Amino acid sequence: MSLKNILENWSDYRRTAEDGGHHDYEHMWAMAIDLNKCTGCNACSVACYAENNLPTVGKKRMMKGQGMHWLRVERYWDEPDMGGDEKEYQERGGSFLPMMCQQCNAAPCEPVCPVAATYHTPDGLNAQVYNRCIGSRYCSNNCPYRLRYFNFYSYYEESWPEPLNMQLNPDLSVRDKGVMEKCTFCVQRIRVGKDAARREGREVHDGDVITACAQTCPTEAIVFGDMMDKSSKVSKIWAAHEVELGKHEQHKSDPDLRGYRVLEGLNTDPCVTYLERVREA
Amino acid sequence: MQTKDINENIAWAKINEDVLRSMENPRMGYWVAVVCCVAMVMCAVAAEIYQYQVGMGPANLNWPHMWDLYIATFVFWIGMSHSGTLLSAILHIIQADWRKPIYRFAEAMTTFSLMTAGLFPIIHLGRVWNMYWVLPYVSDRGIWPNFRSPLVWDAFAITTYLTSSALFLFIGMIPDLAICRDSARGWRQKLYTVLSLGWQGDDRQWRNFRKIYLLMACFLIPLAVSVHSIVSADFAMSIMPGWHITTFPPYFVAGALYSGCAAIITLFILLRYFFRFDEYMTIPILEKTCKLTFAIAMVWSYLNIIEFAATWYGHDMVAKELLIAKFVGPHAPYFWMMLFCGSVLPFTLAFEKLRRHLPTMFVVSLFLNLGMWLERWMIVTPTLSFSYMPFAWDVMWPSMVQWAIVFGSFGWFGLLFLVFVKVFPSVSMYEVKEMVFHRRHYHSSALANQFHRRASDPKPGDEPSKEGA
Repeated sequence: MSLKNILENWSDYRRTAEDGGHHDYEHMWAMAIDLNKCTGCNACSVACYAENNLPTVGKKRMMKGQGMHWLRVERYWDEPDMGGDEKEYQERGGSFLPMMCQQCNAAPCEPVCPVAATYHTPDGLNAQVYNRCIGSRYCSNNCPYRLRYFNFYSYYEESWPEPLNMQLNPDLSVRDKGVMEKCTFCVQRIRVGKDAARREGREVHDGDVITACAQTCPTEAIVFGDMMDKSSKVSKIWAAHEVELGKHEQHKSDPDLRGYRVLEGLNTDPCVTYLERVREA
Repeated sequence: MQTKDINENIAWAKINEDVLRSMENPRMGYWVAVVCCVAMVMCAVAAEIYQYQVGMGPANLNWPHMWDLYIATFVFWIGMSHSGTLLSAILHIIQADWRKPIYRFAEAMTTFSLMTAGLFPIIHLGRVWNMYWVLPYVSDRGIWPNFRSPLVWDAFAITTYLTSSALFLFIGMIPDLAICRDSARGWRQKLYTVLSLGWQGDDRQWRNFRKIYLLMACFLIPLAVSVHSIVSADFAMSIMPGWHITTFPPYFVAGALYSGCAAIITLFILLRYFFRFDEYMTIPILEKTCKLTFAIAMVWSYLNIIEFAATWYGHDMVAKELLIAKFVGPHAPYFWMMLFCGSVLPFTLAFEKLRRHLPTMFVVSLFLNLGMWLERWMIVTPTLSFSYMPFAWDVMWPSMVQWAIVFGSFGWFGLLFLVFVKVFPSVSMYEVKEMVFHRRHYHSSALANQFHRRASDPKPGDEPSKEGA
């Protein structure tokens, strides 16, 4: 509790805060999701529930909007003039958009948190510190994708009655009521991958880390990897579709290239690229 | 028809007597009001205990509606607090002396509505027990709040404003507390002895008092404006359509003064009726307050039009869609109600006949404040219902838990105010005397000659002011 401590920490805080976070990234974890391959099977979402200790809240609370699906598969139905029909479930099927936290590099949720519970890591991740969160929910309000979920209740006993608590993933915590949470790109797996690489005295290779959703996707629509590694699968997809980080508008040489980032125009600089679905009109 | 702000022949002793009488012997009606307020507060306490125990679920603040009535009502109460500063500081500096009989309760309103507003950000937190993390306390781990967050600015702004407005209220009351001390017995005498800080009314004390009062007034004006600008930053600093609006700071300040003035009219009429303050809270003073409210209402309406036009011609499709949704969507009844109460109803204040009719003004002022409350709700909620992701479009209505806490906040405010009017003089005795004294100049040329010092003082033989006639 010395004055020195305050002043030193203050200058540390000022130094990092002035640049708006880190700029010397060690990794830049990113995704590419091919919507042509996505069948909307929701296996990714189920894998996410299992991996990240997400509580199942039940049908009623899900309907109210209290679901905790970090990864949700959004369904969109075409208007009749776009090739859809009048039925509730159209003959040609809907379009699917799996949405998880986009790990924006200019994340709108970060500056608004009063206690800095959400911040940017040197891994290029938008981290959420559960212990620090006081539940003001401002981050969720300022997320244009609405991809942050709030623990409205304590779910531990209801969601994992004995002996289901044995299935919980020990690599990460179970969050209590009043805390905001969201997709972490399976940060616990990233940690394991990095630790293994360090023990072996090598760099992290492409494929060392794979998120639960990417691992589970039956059609391999989701590709996860490090953008700093130019030879990784994900950087190749980004490069092939001419999507670049740090831009709010992509200038493409060929209009047939399908890559896009959701709500890119808001300059949130998300780390997830979607490859547009091609359908007959 | 009464045209004078105050009767200049009123005796000094009568002023003391009338005001001190208002602080004595609560009647039955007072206790009934206290019981009602306590019951309202209990509703909120019960709801809050339930919410604390279970989590935010029962409040129905579901995804994507993470904020709702709590934040809307927070902004409402912060807004109401601005009237006291307007009356006591701004009108003090521009030397509008008609404020003198009514500024004391307006200032008390400022302090109490801030005390009410301050509860809401705490109530709405998911983990209330960690709320002190928002403050930059000295931590050995070197953890600071996020100074970029408008919520942290809020915490600073509100605590500063609450401290200074409470101080301002207290400082302005010192000469009156001395009067109370001189005529009180028992615990009241002890209380007023401590609070009046040894006030004897000598020349040096008055000089110092004037200086510090003016200083506080000058300090409070920019503070009040900045506080509500910062509250508006909660919305304007976000990237959400309908929140990210440049005109929000002046819009919020205008709305704040508006709802504050409307609340002053309400309390003016109540105090005048229950405490028989007819000779101090006169109809011409009410009329002046009404005119002020009308002017502010027009500013507010103008800023509304600017906001609509800027959104409409800005061609941001998402913001435009939200604006259309406000007019015709599920929130439309409330939105139109807000426009009616906020922009159409104040035209009643433009008519002298209506302005001088107390029951009409009482009802109108309540509706003006209803409109202002709806305004805050219509700022917070539709944006959350219809923002960028069509998948996350959802309309949700607040649950009983939220309503109970909002309802209880009015009880809490009422309770504080009821305690105030019986413990402290709700009309400033020394300033009313000052006002009466100045008015006597008009009628006695001898006095006028004696006291004619500044150019702005009335000259001997001048006609009395026709203002408010």
